[in-house]
Order: sequence, then structure tokens, then C-alpha cells
Amino acid sequence: MKDLVYLVPLFPLIGFLINGLFWKSMPKKVSGVLASAAMLASFAVSLGIFFEIKGNPAAAGVVHLFDFIKSGTVNIPFAFQVDALSSLFLLIITGVGFLIHVYSTSYMHDDPGFTKYFAYLNFFVFAMLLLVLGANYVIMFIGWEGVGLASYLLIGFWYKRRDYTNASKKAFIMNRIGDLGFLVGMFLTLYHFGTASYGELFPQLAHGMPANISSGTMNAIAICFFIGAMGKSAQIPLYTWLPDAMAGPTPVSALIHAATMVTAGIYMIARSSAVYNLAPVAQNLVAIIGLATALFAATIALKQYDIKKVLAYSTVSQLGYMFLALGVGSYTGAVFHVMTHAFFKALLFLGSGSVIHAMGGEQDLRKMGGLGKYMRITQITFLLGCLAIAGIPGFSGFFSKDEILAAAYSRNPVFYYLGLAGALMTAFYMFRLYFFTFTGSFRGTHEQEHHLHESPAAMTLPLIVLAILSVVGGYIGLPEVFSEHHMLGEYLAPVVQNFDVHHLSHETEWMLMGISVTLIVIMIVMAAVMCKKPNFKENTGIAKVLENKWYVDELYDNAIVKPLKGLACLLDKYAERSGIDGIVNGVGRLVNWGSGRLRLLQNGQVGTYIFAMVVGVILLFVVGLFLAV
Amino acid sequence: MLLLLLVLIPFLSGIISFFFRSESVKGWALFSTLVTLAVAAVATGAVQNTSLAYKLPWIASLGANFHLYGNGMSIMLALLTAIVFPVIFIAQWNKPLPEMGRFTGLMLMAQAGLMGVFLAHDLLLFYFFWELALIPVYFLCSTWGGEKRIPVTFKFFVYTFLGSLMMLAGVIYLYLQTPTRSFDYDMIRQTGAALGAFPQQVLFCAFFIAFAIKMPIFPFHTWQPDTYEQSATPVTIVLSALMVKMGLFATVKWLVPVLPAGVAYWSDTVMILSLIGIIYASLLAMVQSDIKRLIAYSSIAHIGLMSLGIFANTEIATNGLMVQMFNHGINITGMWLIVSMIEQRYNTRNLRELGGMAGSAPSMAIALVIIAFANIALPLTNGFIGEFMLFHGIFQSENPNHILYMVIAGLGVILGAVYTLNMVQKVAYGEAKTVAVIKDISKNELLGLVIIIALIIILGVYPKPLLGLIN
Repeated sequence: MKDLVYLVPLFPLIGFLINGLFWKSMPKKVSGVLASAAMLASFAVSLGIFFEIKGNPAAAGVVHLFDFIKSGTVNIPFAFQVDALSSLFLLIITGVGFLIHVYSTSYMHDDPGFTKYFAYLNFFVFAMLLLVLGANYVIMFIGWEGVGLASYLLIGFWYKRRDYTNASKKAFIMNRIGDLGFLVGMFLTLYHFGTASYGELFPQLAHGMPANISSGTMNAIAICFFIGAMGKSAQIPLYTWLPDAMAGPTPVSALIHAATMVTAGIYMIARSSAVYNLAPVAQNLVAIIGLATALFAATIALKQYDIKKVLAYSTVSQLGYMFLALGVGSYTGAVFHVMTHAFFKALLFLGSGSVIHAMGGEQDLRKMGGLGKYMRITQITFLLGCLAIAGIPGFSGFFSKDEILAAAYSRNPVFYYLGLAGALMTAFYMFRLYFFTFTGSFRGTHEQEHHLHESPAAMTLPLIVLAILSVVGGYIGLPEVFSEHHMLGEYLAPVVQNFDVHHLSHETEWMLMGISVTLIVIMIVMAAVMCKKPNFKENTGIAKVLENKWYVDELYDNAIVKPLKGLACLLDKYAERSGIDGIVNGVGRLVNWGSGRLRLLQNGQVGTYIFAMVVGVILLFVVGLFLAV
Repeated sequence: MLLLLLVLIPFLSGIISFFFRSESVKGWALFSTLVTLAVAAVATGAVQNTSLAYKLPWIASLGANFHLYGNGMSIMLALLTAIVFPVIFIAQWNKPLPEMGRFTGLMLMAQAGLMGVFLAHDLLLFYFFWELALIPVYFLCSTWGGEKRIPVTFKFFVYTFLGSLMMLAGVIYLYLQTPTRSFDYDMIRQTGAALGAFPQQVLFCAFFIAFAIKMPIFPFHTWQPDTYEQSATPVTIVLSALMVKMGLFATVKWLVPVLPAGVAYWSDTVMILSLIGIIYASLLAMVQSDIKRLIAYSSIAHIGLMSLGIFANTEIATNGLMVQMFNHGINITGMWLIVSMIEQRYNTRNLRELGGMAGSAPSMAIALVIIAFANIALPLTNGFIGEFMLFHGIFQSENPNHILYMVIAGLGVILGAVYTLNMVQKVAYGEAKTVAVIKDISKNELLGLVIIIALIIILGVYPKPLLGLIN
């Protein structure tokens, strides 16, 4: 089964090529079914691989496909890493990806770019699979930039809108800034270890710091990789592209936020756990940036009125938790949260798509309300998603978030308290979103109200499946107080080594859980009370700052974008045209003036002169050749 | 013999082209360049793990031989030359220019000169071909092109002629130093390397300025945006895809091994100039409104990375340079083909007046996007392979600032995404501004672009054939 791993990315690649090359003649029905079938086939192969490795961890290994860059001392093979970590990600990507494809066949049905959409969607998954499967950092980088391209194409899918294409450009460029960090990290690795392959690199780190490597180098490598992760996984300071990325069709947001793209940074650091375990400075940085992002994005989400913007900032915030987990050494916790988050965030985005679909494109919470009676399935599944993300016991998000917070507590209680504060905000803004949308009375136009309806089965079925996963998905990682086996932890153990995570005493753990659950329930009640009497008067003071996202976009614009453009204009005008070119033209005029004096000797045409020269040189050449023979 | 054919076929068919009075010369030109391509393909096959040579006595009294030599590196560039010319003629098929006979003749002469530059193994012969390649281009620039072509060509001429004169002085000096009065490559190399440090430093300047103008690297570059803007597209392609490689190739072959002490002395200066060039040209590319000028500055930034790679002086950087020279030639040819199609349809190259191509001509927009992403070295396009190797090689360099240099050059990658995506956005996306309906790709245009795009993707996914050639 393992040797068939190439099939997993191959199916979506074929789907992309067929839809991409024959987009003119492809019937609508065929292209959607083809793309979804490709995903299902990949999922089936992924399942086979997953169970093979679960049954026999020794079956993990590297599948070599061909030599990619082989020149001199550099050898980068095109090879796939099949092990517990990658096979788990394969399942998430292809499984959730498949559901999003099915959903899209209905959601995008009336769009003229239907075939193009599915081609891009398949390509997105293909790139993400390369990222996860690569057996060295270069192949990971191929997928890394590949998802950047795919997101660029899909965010700007409706290319006539200038603000949409601006968003897609911003996403790609911000990712590129991170990519430079990734590249430098990769070259540092190649420089110091002579390899970029996991199979050759990590064994060198298995027994502590290698003798010839300084701790500074190790931290530098880890920090450079983390800069890459900041871009792809939307962490401070490179997060601003993700909220704008919702310009794309809603299922694309689900794909970006749940199954692909933003989880890449988490995957990369979990994959590199051997590096991070030897780089304490970088670990702390990861934890602090993660925590800061979790809190910062949560405050913004409190005051957003666009249904998708709330979800977007919630993703940024949840990603922050995952980085917190990585930073405190709980790689399992981070991967666990990636998985549960994939379920409930895909559910929430697709649910919001269902709402937007019913509202005829409207995304403003202030114009919704009371939708629950018109779309019961969407409402119930959405509620389950909210319960999961808020961390109500029994739902998947509870277990993964609890694991992260417990690990944070064992490292530093301050991390725990701040993390808890973020979790409370999460519960509040998610239920604010839920109550504003589904309860109360309808605040939109009559026409919109008339049009309200539940979405078709192709859209509700994925919602139901994801809702079930959001509820039960947490049981593979039950904490120690409930169960003796942490199934996920045991499964991942051969690949990722958790670092310095002490198990808390059961009493402490029960106490922490008790505190957080009580507070979260209070938050939900507060949200319910506030939404009873919606008050949409203009925000002032701190609320206005939050609504405007702390003015970070404006800050970047004024501190970086505008000065850079100004500098470029100045260079263009003064350095280039007046400066260098001025000197050259001066020399030219001087030559012209000189040639004017010598006019008696020539006819003033450069052309004639050169021609005489060519003829002369050619004659010299030919004569020489004949004389020699 | 193969090598002689590579020079002789374009040279002779070029002379014959001058006598054509009708448009049928385009068939002749395509035929000739396809034969050259076939010969180049055979030569590429023959040069795996070995080298080719062809030697005839030429001017015996001066010790100059007609000596051609082909190893992987030079044959790769000869192959690039052989690929680019037929693509030009295919894409140009339905766009006749006035005086096609003369135009074709000059183009083929330039091809012969380029082949000679890449293959010459004798310094005088090299200089001869260097001029043979440039002179037809002066005529091509001054006869066919935009309104300001005459002053622009004059500027181009002043620049390159100045360089050529300096090189000629260097050639003569080196020649006079050889014990047996010879222009032979090995003799020149031994003589040059044995010179004292000071003469090497001076000679380096004489040669390098000629090469630097041709590449061009900052601050010898201002002829380039003007010339690219004013020339007819086929000429622009020859200049940007092939002629810039003359300067890079000559530096690798005739400078680095010949004047090691000069290189050691100047290398840091050149690396810093290259870095300035990368950032400076990228910034300027951001504020251009003419697509041709934008691509010209983008090309200067790319060349900056390549010259940085030469002076990093590591094996991987040099190999990366070779790959990148080939791939840059392919990609920029594609870029110019698209630009000329845009210009022909919209009658403007101004980004402010363009827009909405994805709606009216989706095939053209797809081609533009693919080539644009190859231009910014997206993985799985050919652009990535060379850039990866170059960056890696610069990082491995023994220069004490190697990491800093790599990071600064890496900033160019970010800026590259900025101006390239800006261009794509303004051309392809949004609503159409001036011309609402345009004709999508025609058959011959499609053929030209398909060749380019196939090379972009095949060499990006499976670069082994290219890497095998230079190892």
C-alpha cells in the first residue's frame, strides 16, 4: 500500500489536468463529479495507508520517485515520506477536501467559471499533498509555494472585482515574505548538515546537539522555519492576508482554513520537532507569538459584523493556540487541534456558505437573524460546530484545547491564564455569531426573507458528516484523566517526540477543566443575553479600534507599502533618469559634438560606418581563412 | 564539424536571405533555423560526458585559429539559441515587417554571431564573433521599431562600442603577453593567470565592463529598458533571451579562469553591484507603466542574481547559473511573445489602459499567468531550479557575507512577486478598459507559446536532462 502513495497526489493532479486543459468543452456535471471522484479515490488510498501504518508502524518509510535536483554535491530526490504524521494529514486533507468538493458542486452550480473552479480546487489539494508528503524540505517547499499559487488563483477567482484580486495578491506576497524565511532555514540546514532530507537530518539530532553545531545555529534554523510558518499559517505579523482571503468563494475559505494551507505551518514545525527540541529560544518565540496571535485575533473577532470575517479571525486565533502547543513542546496537542479544527472550521465555513447562499450573497450579521426556522439542518450543524470550537465538554474542540492548555500550564501558568482568556473570547464571539444569525427576528429585506430556504442535499450532507466528526472527533485523544490510552499520541509517537510536557496531577487537571468550562458557559449566556436585544449603533472608543482590526492594515500600508513605492518613484525619477542616464546621455552628446567637428571625414551616419566595419572584418576573416588553407 | 555547421548554416542562409524580395523569406528562415535546431540537438546528444572541437588554421601569421569548442555549458547556450530563433519566426509568421529579406538576413547573421560567441575557443575569434553578433543588432534596432529608435540605438551603440573598445585593448594586451603569440584559449588562460596582481586587476576592468554592459548589471544598464521598449519584438527577444547571456557566459569562460587574481580583487565589488542591481531594478519595475520597461527591469534583477552567482564562485552556483541562463532565455521569450500579442490587440502597452484579458481572451491570460509564475520562480516551473541552485550556491560561498548576500538577493524574490502580480492583475483581471473584445490566441501564436510552456513545465518538474548536460 505504501508504494502506492504516489496515487494520492496523482488523482487530484489528473483531475486538475483534465479540467484545466479541456475547460472549454467540459460539461458542468462531468467536471464537478470528476474532481470529487479524484478526491474520493485519494481518500480511499489514504485510508489504506493509514491503517497499514496503524497496524504496523515499521511499514513507514520513504518512497523514492525520481532524482529532482542532482548536481555536484547537491542531491534533492523527489521522494515521499510515508509515516504516522503524514498519513494522518493525508486523511484530513483528502477527507475534508472531498466533502468540500461535494458541497461545491451545488454551491458553485450557477457560476460560469465552474470547470475552472474545480481545476483550481484539485490543484490546491494536490499542492497540499505534496507539501505533506515530501521527504525533504525542498519537496515540502514545492507544495508550500504551490498552495500559495492555488490560494492566489482561488481568492481572486472572481477576477473582475479589483478588491478581490488585491486580496489574492496580498495573500501571495505575504506568503512570499514568509517563504524567504523558509528558504534561509533550508539553506542553513543544507549548509550545516549537508542534507535537506528528514531521514538524514533527524537521526543526526536524535542524541542531543551535534558536536559541530552551535545552539545559535539551531535556533536560527528553527526561527527561519517559523518565519515561513508565520506567513502560511497567518501568525503575527504576517496574518493580515487571511481575513482578506475570504474574497474567494466560501467553500474555498473552508478549504484554506480547514483542510489545506494554514495547517501547513503547524505540520512543518511538528515535522521538525527534532530541530525545535534543541532550540529553546525558538520554542519560546513560537509559544509567545502563538499566544499573542490567539488573543489579538480573538479581540478583533469580537467586533466584526461580516459572518466570514468572524470565522476568519477565529481561525487566526485557533492557529495561535496550535503554535502555543508547538512552542511548549506538545506537538501531539497541536496536531490534535489541527484535526478537530479541520472538522469544526470546515463545518462552520460551509454552514456560513449555506447561510450566505440562502441570503442571496448577504454576509452582514446585522441583516440576518432568525434564520433557524428556515434552515434547520444548517442551524443545528452550525450549533454543534460552535459548541465544539467553544470547548464544551464532550465535543471535539474541548479535548484538543484542553490538551493544549494543560501543556501550557505545565510549562508556565501565565500561558495557561492568557490562553484561557482567549478561549473565553472564542466562546463569546462564536455564540454572538450564532445567536445573531439563527435566533431572534429577521432583520433583512422582505425580498431576502421571501427567498430564505434550506440548502440542497449536496450542501447539507457534508454539513451533517462534518457535524458528526466535530462531535466525536475528540475521542481519539482522550486526556489521561478519562482514559489510559491517548490513541493519537501513541500513533504519532514514532515520528514526533513531545518535549518537556509534564503530566499534571489529576486534581489539577480536573480543577483547570472545571474553571474553564464554568467560565465558558457564562460567556455563552452573556452572548445570548446581548443578542436578545441587538444594538447596532456605531462603535466608539476601543470597540471602534477592534472593529477596524487595530488599524494594522493601515499601519502596514503607511509604514511599508507607501514608503517603498515612494522610494521607487524617487529612484525612477532622479537616480535613473537624471542620474545614470543623464551621465550616459552627456557622454553621447559629447561624442555627437566631436563627430560634428569631424564631419568633413564622414557622412554623419553611424549606420554606414558600422556597415563598412562589418564588411572589413568579414573580409579579413574570409581572406585569412583562404590564406590558411 | 557539427560546431562549424552551427555557425555556418545561419551565416550562409542569412546572406541568402538578403536576396529575397518577397515574403517567402519567412519560410526560408524557418527552414534554416529548424535545420540549425536539428544540428544543435545532435550536438547536445554528442556532447554528453565529452566535448566537441573543430579547428582550422585561420590567420597563421598572428597565431589565430578558427577553433570552435563545445562542452555541456557552451552547447546548452547554442541549443538555447537554436530553440529561440524558430520560435520567434513561428510566432512572427502572420506579422510581416517591411523589408523582410533584409530583416531576416540580419537576424540570421546575429544568430551566427551568437553561436560563434558561445563556441569560440580562440580569443580573436571570440572577439570577431562578439562584434558579428552586435553589428546586425544595431541595424535591426535602428530600422525596425518605435519612433525614438534612432537616438535609442545610438545610446545602445555608444554603450556597447565603448565596451568593445575596452575589450579589444584587453585582448591585444593579453595577446602580446603570450610567449608564442597565440590567441589559443589554453594559452591565454595560462598567460593571464600567470600575470601579476595589478595587470590582472586592470585587465579585469577592461573585459568586465564590456561584459557588464552586455548583461547588463547596475550601473551599466540604462541602454536596456530604452532599447527593449523601442525595438521590434523579435529583436527584443534576441537581445534579452540570448545577447545578455553573451556577457554572463563570457565572464564564466573568459574572465574567471583567465584572471583569477583580478576576480579575487574585484569580486566583492561586483557582488555588491549585483545586489544593488537586484533591489534597484526590482523597485523600478514596481513603478513602470509600460509593460516592456517593466519586463526590462525585471530582467535586470534576474541578471543581477546570475552575476552574483558567478562571483559566489561555488560549483553549485555556477551550475545554477548555467541552468538559469537557459531557463531565463525560455521564459523571457515567452514573456515577450505575450507582450507583443497584447500590444497588437490593444494597441497599447500602458498598464493603466489594459485590463480584463481573462474575460475576453482566456487562453492568453492563462499563458500569461503561467509565464509570469515561471518568471518569479515558482517551484515546478523551470525558473525555480536555477534560482534554487543559485541561492544555495551563494549561501555556500566563502565570502564572509554570504548569508547576508543571499538574504538581500532573496528580497528580490519578494519584490519580484510584487511587480509581476501587479502586472498580471492590471493586464488580465478587472474590467476591460479600452478595447472590450479582442481575438484570442491564433494557431501559430499558440504553437510558439506551447513550446515555451512545455519547456517551462517539463524542465521544472524533471530538470535532469539539463543538469546532466552541465555536470
